[in-house]
Amino acid sequence: MQNMRRKVLKAGGGVALYALLVAAGWLKAGDAAAQSWNKSAFEAKTLDEALKVFGGGSSAQSKDIVFVSTPDIAENGAVVPIGITSSIPKTEAIAILIEKNPNPLAAIFEIPPGTEPAIGTRVKMAQTSNVYALVKADGKYYVASKEIKVTLGGCGG
Amino acid sequence: MPDPMKIRATVVGDSTEVRVLMSHEMETGQRKDAQGNVIPAWFIQNVVVAHKGRPVLNAQWGTAIAKNPFLSFKFKGGAKGDKIEITWVDNRGEKRTDETAIG
Repeated sequence: MQNMRRKVLKAGGGVALYALLVAAGWLKAGDAAAQSWNKSAFEAKTLDEALKVFGGGSSAQSKDIVFVSTPDIAENGAVVPIGITSSIPKTEAIAILIEKNPNPLAAIFEIPPGTEPAIGTRVKMAQTSNVYALVKADGKYYVASKEIKVTLGGCGG
Repeated sequence: MPDPMKIRATVVGDSTEVRVLMSHEMETGQRKDAQGNVIPAWFIQNVVVAHKGRPVLNAQWGTAIAKNPFLSFKFKGGAKGDKIEITWVDNRGEKRTDETAIG
């Protein structure tokens, strides 16, 4: 343990991050080795499995979650822009799940109060698939989906 | 040391828009090299964005985030000149922190 801490301290920027992670409640103080990364959810192989692990097993369809600047057809599956905006009050987290990817869960964004529940990023898609935006708001889960057609996959060898 | 992030933070109305481009391979662990060996996964797992020391976004990423990841979001408040600090950590434990002032 002591050794781990040394390493983190040595890494310079690690100090600030460590403090941040502790502040964010991700880490218990002194537990520098354990990054908060939802391993089981990210490694789930099917959409249902990922949803279950993530805790969004029973989520309501919602029209208050909107995909913005997200294409209907992606020419290159290696870079697919995804934008998700939630107008559900007290949105705490937004997750992106891509049904037909080898591991459906792509990302989880935790939204602290004061941050707008609107995020944009770029993902890889193996093939044409439904993309799900899962929103956690006030302890409940909501979901919206959109099909994105991919003409060239992003996860091939 | 990985390449620095490109961060742009601008005040839009009463909120601050943050846009980040990180430099990272984001290897999925699904691909094989010419000899048929699986190329091990190498990707950013955690991203923390802080405004004056207060976290405004925490992200956990999987391998499906595209190479050289892009991230954009907005938060309320933030004035010109405030410090924005962004840190990522990948699955090899490598990390990088960059900061910028809101412009």
